[in-house]
Amino acid sequence: MPLNKKIGLFIPCYVDQFYPNVAIATLELLEKLGCQASYPMGQTCCGQPMANAGYERDTVGTTKHFVETFRDYDYIVAPSGSCVLHIKDHAPPIPGMEKEQEILHHKIFELTEFLTDILKVENLQGSFPHKVGFHASCHGHRGLRLGSSSERNEPFFSKAKQLLDQIEGLEWVELTRKDECCGFGGTFAVTEEALSVQMGKDRLQDHLSHGVEILTGGDMSCIMHLEGIAKRNQQPLKFMHIAEILNQALS
Amino acid sequence: MSHPAKASEFLQDAAKAKWHDETLWFVRDKRDTISKTIPEWEQLRDLASQIKDNVLANLDQYLIQFEEKAKANGIQVHWARDAEEHNQIVLGILQRHQCKAIVKSKSILTEECHLNPYLEKNGIEVVDTDLGERIVQFLNQPPSHIVLPAIHLKKKDISELFHEKLHTEKGNEDPAYLTHAARLHLREKFLGAKVAITGVNFGVAETGEFVVCTNEGNADMGVHLAVVHIACMGIEKIIPRRKDLGVFLRLLARSATGQPITNYNSHFRSPASGKEIHIVLVDNGRTDQLGREKFKNSLKCIRCGACMNTCPIYRRSGGYSYGSVVPGPIGSILSPGLDVKKYSTLPFASTLCGSCTDVCPVKINIHEQLYEWRQEITKSQGTNAKSISMKIANGIFAVPFAYKVTGSMMRGALKFLPDSITYSGLNTWGKQRDLPETPKETFKDWYKKNRS
Repeated sequence: MPLNKKIGLFIPCYVDQFYPNVAIATLELLEKLGCQASYPMGQTCCGQPMANAGYERDTVGTTKHFVETFRDYDYIVAPSGSCVLHIKDHAPPIPGMEKEQEILHHKIFELTEFLTDILKVENLQGSFPHKVGFHASCHGHRGLRLGSSSERNEPFFSKAKQLLDQIEGLEWVELTRKDECCGFGGTFAVTEEALSVQMGKDRLQDHLSHGVEILTGGDMSCIMHLEGIAKRNQQPLKFMHIAEILNQALS
Repeated sequence: MSHPAKASEFLQDAAKAKWHDETLWFVRDKRDTISKTIPEWEQLRDLASQIKDNVLANLDQYLIQFEEKAKANGIQVHWARDAEEHNQIVLGILQRHQCKAIVKSKSILTEECHLNPYLEKNGIEVVDTDLGERIVQFLNQPPSHIVLPAIHLKKKDISELFHEKLHTEKGNEDPAYLTHAARLHLREKFLGAKVAITGVNFGVAETGEFVVCTNEGNADMGVHLAVVHIACMGIEKIIPRRKDLGVFLRLLARSATGQPITNYNSHFRSPASGKEIHIVLVDNGRTDQLGREKFKNSLKCIRCGACMNTCPIYRRSGGYSYGSVVPGPIGSILSPGLDVKKYSTLPFASTLCGSCTDVCPVKINIHEQLYEWRQEITKSQGTNAKSISMKIANGIFAVPFAYKVTGSMMRGALKFLPDSITYSGLNTWGKQRDLPETPKETFKDWYKKNRS
């Protein structure tokens, strides 16, 4: 247990700006689990929006700043699979910092994988009596392998389910298309607006038709997209980041 | 027309779009089920991928070996640098035999080379004999999917089409009835054709033979009745040994349609007495693609179509939205290699969800190549408003203070602007989605107050 390790909290820019409660829940959750987590104040963004739009080469300054901000931590934890994947897979090499970047790639974790793989959380004491539908965000799911992919012939696993199953009263709802994309996809949400919204609507329908009360996931970006559509269409679903559910259950 | 424009057009007919999505999902679901009956499925994918890596690393040698063996077997081998040369070679053979009508079994390569219109322009009747292909040919459309060419059409559409073309009973949508009518019609064409053209699924370097896979037996029907067989093969279709076929045949049909194996896997090795077999080996941009380090393994593709069936974009936008012969995720990484400007929107027609990569039987890292093509495409587009805004963003995110100021300006704007402006036509996000509520403080502000 890395109780005496220094954990740097990496909060994606849009979470900082629009979903401070998700960041607060992440911090409080880590604290409840006995971690020394702190938030480096100088952090900004990982650079993913630019890189996915085809401008990875213009993220050199952003990446360099990221490495400098987090270099002194033992672990870096973020409530976003997508941003973590970006740092690992697509942040451009910074001349002279390659080794540091390599080390950083092994220290950075998405929240649920940090809880299951590093903290090895096995006995969460808490209750959350609701029917919960999990949206497996693609970059975390297939990129970081936070769960088994329905396309592959491999035994079932899900780091999120492993955690949520420990919470008393929480009912995990099975979906028809377990790990289909919601259609967010960063700039895709805007450049392919019609498709993006259609995919989101279909995703919501899968949750609604299985009686989900609260839709959760590990990435606020997908949730922001899905919540935006549900609200516009006045659909009776609540949305919470998995950090919020775990933190609330543990209080 | 760009992919987003065509996709939104496709989505206008909501019922049909839903049906298209569900039909292809059904195929993917079948694939999932049957692939999971093979315990060594993932090892098979690894093996297939490794065999293809070896092929791509030694393509020249395997091709020379194939040519040698094929010639020794009595097959006439031709080489075509591009589509034009391919078409001329095929036409030349037809003219030598004074052939005016051919039957053709499914071949995406001949679509790629636009062989049909070329032959028709030269006075030759071309009849596609795969049922789905024949249907789209009647409609004067290209295939919308490489394995299921007419998947965008419903039974009703086909019933009407057959009524018009084959004089079937009006309103009769019974698949058995319609298929029977097509069968009678195609038999006539088979009997009249002196030359049959097929594609090639696998060329075996070791033996100089090649394999054609169909579910309808139409390749065999055409070839056995004709005097001349012309097989058109992309140079990447080579495999080293006959025994490698076991790996690919197990993967191909399962990935394509969820069948254990394609109904007909026909081996062609040497012409029967008095007959001819020609094989045309086509490059058409393949060696260029082989030279692109980041993109070369797209040439491993065995054209099973699984990435199309699984792609949430393809399922909801249809094959024609891509405007390329090979649509879907694999088409989006192959097509920019042919014309980066024309196909510039395709690598962006993806959320990079990675499903295509996980489903691919030969383990092509499709979604990573989509990402890489984005980087190439923006470079080829030079400086524009988008590239400038990216440079500005990099400047902002590299400096904490700049990020703080920009963030608070944006939040302030969203908080205080009236909805009529926030949800104006300028805000594409807000057309069909609500924006998140603006919280009273950022996490950074909260942290400063509560933790430091």
